[in-house]
Amino acid sequence: MSRIGQKFSDLREQGKTALIPFITAGDPTPGITVGLMHDMVSAGANLIELGVPFSDPMADGPVIQRASERALEHHVSLHDVLQMVQTFREKDQNTPVILMGYLNPIEVMGYATFAEAASAAGVDGVLIVDIPPEEGEDLLQSLREKAIDQIYLLAPTSIPDRIGQICNVASGFVYYVSVKGVTGSSQLDTAAVAEKLEQIREKTALPVGVGFGIKDAATAAAVSQLADAVVVGSALVSRVEALRETPDEIGPALAEILSGMRRAMDAVH
Amino acid sequence: MATTAEKIIGTQPDDRGHFGVYGGLFVAETLMEPLKDLRLAYEEYMQDPEFLKELDEDLANYVGRPSPIYFAQRWSRELGGARIYLKREDLNHTGAHKVNNTIGQALLAKRMGKTRIIAETGAGQHGVATATVAARLGLECVVYMGAVDIVRQEANVYRMKLLGAEIRSVESGSKTLKDALNEAMRDWVTNIDDTFYIIGTVAGPHPYPAMVRDFQTVIGREAREQIQLQAGRLPDALVACVGGGSNAIGLFYPFLDDAAVDIYGVEAAGDGLETGHHAAPLCAGQPGVLHGNRTYLMEDKDGQIIETHSISAGLDYPGVGPEHAWLKDTGRAQYVAITDEEALDAFHALTKIEGIIPALESSHALAYAAKLAPTMESDKIILVNLSGRGDKDMHTVAAREGIEI
Repeated sequence: MSRIGQKFSDLREQGKTALIPFITAGDPTPGITVGLMHDMVSAGANLIELGVPFSDPMADGPVIQRASERALEHHVSLHDVLQMVQTFREKDQNTPVILMGYLNPIEVMGYATFAEAASAAGVDGVLIVDIPPEEGEDLLQSLREKAIDQIYLLAPTSIPDRIGQICNVASGFVYYVSVKGVTGSSQLDTAAVAEKLEQIREKTALPVGVGFGIKDAATAAAVSQLADAVVVGSALVSRVEALRETPDEIGPALAEILSGMRRAMDAVH
Repeated sequence: MATTAEKIIGTQPDDRGHFGVYGGLFVAETLMEPLKDLRLAYEEYMQDPEFLKELDEDLANYVGRPSPIYFAQRWSRELGGARIYLKREDLNHTGAHKVNNTIGQALLAKRMGKTRIIAETGAGQHGVATATVAARLGLECVVYMGAVDIVRQEANVYRMKLLGAEIRSVESGSKTLKDALNEAMRDWVTNIDDTFYIIGTVAGPHPYPAMVRDFQTVIGREAREQIQLQAGRLPDALVACVGGGSNAIGLFYPFLDDAAVDIYGVEAAGDGLETGHHAAPLCAGQPGVLHGNRTYLMEDKDGQIIETHSISAGLDYPGVGPEHAWLKDTGRAQYVAITDEEALDAFHALTKIEGIIPALESSHALAYAAKLAPTMESDKIILVNLSGRGDKDMHTVAAREGIEI
């Protein structure tokens, strides 16, 4: 079983929902990222989504766009991000790491080379925003050969047939984008999410994560009653941005948000 | 590799939007169903006699089509060599070819029951053409434009506002066309239910490259008939400028099966290809994925998109339509590049010798024709797409030459 599968199975036994924080690698500086990953695990994160900076993040809102821009000022490349994961793995062999980003940096590296390097670095899953299954067969093949899970997005606009089609190729978990919009956008409608998750669960036994619109402990707790994982991104990244001039305060600030979410999530189970 | 003897028209793209290995559908999941709905609507209405009749009437009575072709006799004589004909897209309503496409997409939006139109724009020509048709059809219109371009293209910003469009300044990334496209995509994904996104060029996810091409092929269909009437035969060469590539594909497409017609797409070499300051992905870039399709891109070794440079804002884009990428690889079309300086020379030449002020974009095509003509016999014919008029470029040209208007 993959590290992601194992993690979800352990959490299910404990009756817990997974908490998955997202930060952009290299934001605000490359040196800080690995430490932040450890801080987040200590504060109750179960898996980590690490954003690979890209010049044209079409599916992201302004908060995560600016995080990419800050990282790119330091020329943080896909290769650098893999290096960070490898360093993280020296101290943590237990927490799954998922890379989230856009296709072009992987195209340039080459699918097979990327899969090989990601596996060697200790990456467990890859979520590429702009590659639907229709275009992704070759990449999926390369990732499978290295036992890396490909995490797919499902959206409010995904009709049942399509949900089935995507779940057939997905592994690890599937990620439901809870709002029509970009990351960090509008209010999340818990009832609508519940309805859609029912449709998704009819099609797959994979764990279902929910993200886009988790702002605070209350929304995290509400979603944790429906989903197997709660993904929180912009709420953390906006703290990174606010504290970019005093980087020592970033780790404790992220830990505070995450431990608050952790407590609220555990309290409702 | 396809040879020119093989039939091309009607073979590309495949049903998932691929032109060979290029094109396709590289978007986030939220857009997959809306893009499918768009494709189905487009396929349905392009077969619908009512829709096509309305489109043709608008192209005739609102845009002013057909646009003429004009034999630039004095300029041809001066250059010495082939005879140069110009397809006068500069005479269209709003001053460029862009309106051929915005009319088509806006009629489609209306049929699909969408009440809100969004668009991206660089130089502002596509934004103006979109705001124009939105005004006429009574649709709400929002145009995304990079903060840098808003400063460079003040007059077009004002035109769009007069037409009732809301201009949203894009402050992310390089604050130019590519970032405006990102931002329009973000708006679309957020307002998918009531909003139609009118993309201005033959890029983006399927079906946009094929759909925009189909709306622009009116250029080539007319020109193919006109040149045979006026010159008695098909041209020996076609020349058009390529940013995203919509005017070029519009001219080229109806000639693709005419193996004897050479095809040249002209990219912006900016300060020169060797300087790196240019916007010529086909001449000096490599394949990658951006804005929903696989195509040639200007990118660095890490796959980050790099900033482009051209004196012409309409060519200042790091990607190119996937059909051009395919035409390049198959060898059916050749892609060349013209510097800012060469384009300016052609701008002045046409203005002084023929009394036609061309857009800086089109001036790139003219500059290449001026290089090509002297290498050909005087009985040969070059057909250039004069894709837009140069009124919008007065400030750019004057500033470059140290003149204050």
